[in-house]
Amino acid sequence: MKYVDEFRDAEKAKSLIHEIRLLAKSIPIAKERPIAIMEVCGGHTHSIFRYGLEGMLPKEIELVHGPGCPVCVLPMGRVDDCVSVAKRPEVIFTTFGDAMRVPGSKGSLLQAKADGADVRMVYSPMDALALAKKNPDREVVFFAIGFETTVPSTALTVLQAKADGIRNFSLFCNHITIVPTIKAILDSPDLQLDGFLGPGHVSMVIGTRPYEFVSTYYKRPMVVAGFEPLDVLQSIWMVLKQIQEGRAEIENQYARIVPEDGNSPALAAVSEVYELREFFEWRGLGSIDHSGLKVREKYAEFDAELKFKMPNIKIADPKSCQCGEVLKGVIKPWQCKVFGSACTPETPLGALMVSSEGACAAYYQYGGVKKYEAAS
Amino acid sequence: MCLGIPGRIVKIDDVTKKLATVEVSGIKRQVNIACIVSDEHPVASCVGDWVLVHVGFAMSRIDEAEVAQTMKILTELGEAQAEIEAMRLSGLR
Ligand code: SF4
Repeated sequence: MKYVDEFRDAEKAKSLIHEIRLLAKSIPIAKERPIAIMEVCGGHTHSIFRYGLEGMLPKEIELVHGPGCPVCVLPMGRVDDCVSVAKRPEVIFTTFGDAMRVPGSKGSLLQAKADGADVRMVYSPMDALALAKKNPDREVVFFAIGFETTVPSTALTVLQAKADGIRNFSLFCNHITIVPTIKAILDSPDLQLDGFLGPGHVSMVIGTRPYEFVSTYYKRPMVVAGFEPLDVLQSIWMVLKQIQEGRAEIENQYARIVPEDGNSPALAAVSEVYELREFFEWRGLGSIDHSGLKVREKYAEFDAELKFKMPNIKIADPKSCQCGEVLKGVIKPWQCKVFGSACTPETPLGALMVSSEGACAAYYQYGGVKKYEAAS
Repeated sequence: MCLGIPGRIVKIDDVTKKLATVEVSGIKRQVNIACIVSDEHPVASCVGDWVLVHVGFAMSRIDEAEVAQTMKILTELGEAQAEIEAMRLSGLR
């Protein structure tokens, strides 16, 4: 945890915190219950915990940590599918490091590797493609995960594989998209949210327009935010300002990186290679319509789901896990019965404990919320 | 993975495939720059540009003035070390 004095512009941070307090007090609903603002993106969750931002906010504001950590929402059954493919002798299974430790019902990819499966950590899907070129007698499978930030990278890799005529490369596509997820959260009866911090780097790809339904239909404010502490504070201030003035708009605090229209070469590659699935299963959240992507038929030769038989069995999360309630912000991580006891970053039961972007790991690592009177 | 890391394009490797070498904290690695080129910014003009690199793809230009601060935050979050290490290992293969 850091202190305000160490921020890039400590004076600005202090005055923002002061402004946030004044604003929060002037909003009538805050007298009855805290104003709930969800940060959708795991990068924000990480930053909020690392810099102790929650403890700097007045009690009138509650930050709800959203589902925006791609490894955290991967259901057990998909991890089992990975393990089953990775165990085939002809396969070199490649993955980002974050996904190695996500528990499936029969262990993680890391355990599969220890048991002899050829599982390799790569930095980029391009590295997986290079491995395929180098090992023409093996089948290289890349475990494609992530929101829109990483989707263009795997789409462009498939396009490159096609152009190069590579036949021993495929993707196990588990990409997910943010918009249907936000909609599912807004439709969830358990949750009362007053506003959102929008994801920064997803929006760099898709732009800010796809969120317009949040303001027009659901009448909630959203501010697309950068992930530096000052960005987050300023974005919270902007959300509050909208609430106070009775506005619900999509604002862009992170315009230095996020263009309104997104990144057109990236979007073109994505829609060339992928289409929406009818539904996709999320850990803790259940099935969400149109929230997943799959490889289009035109690129079927690069689709690992077609190339290999996958068990594709739906596995319920362990009973003791309350990841779903944490993901939806219904309970705080430390309210989960196994938090810190049966479930720790070393032996995660739920995926929220695996990645530093997961709320449980972040709470665990940075010791939860410490109230810090910034203005004093 | 989602936060990316700033790097500077030091060399164009392949104009057609839009591949370039980027330097991140002294580590050089090939990245795909298809998402940051356009008619106004053709491939050849990208040398010297600062870009935000996500899993081997340059996804956005970034203001040079921003770079140091972004690196500082990424380091504090523990992300920079992880990214650089993954880049370094991938270069060794
Ligand atoms: S403590 Fe573990 S089991 Fe409980 S919600 Fe967090 S990740 Fe899931």
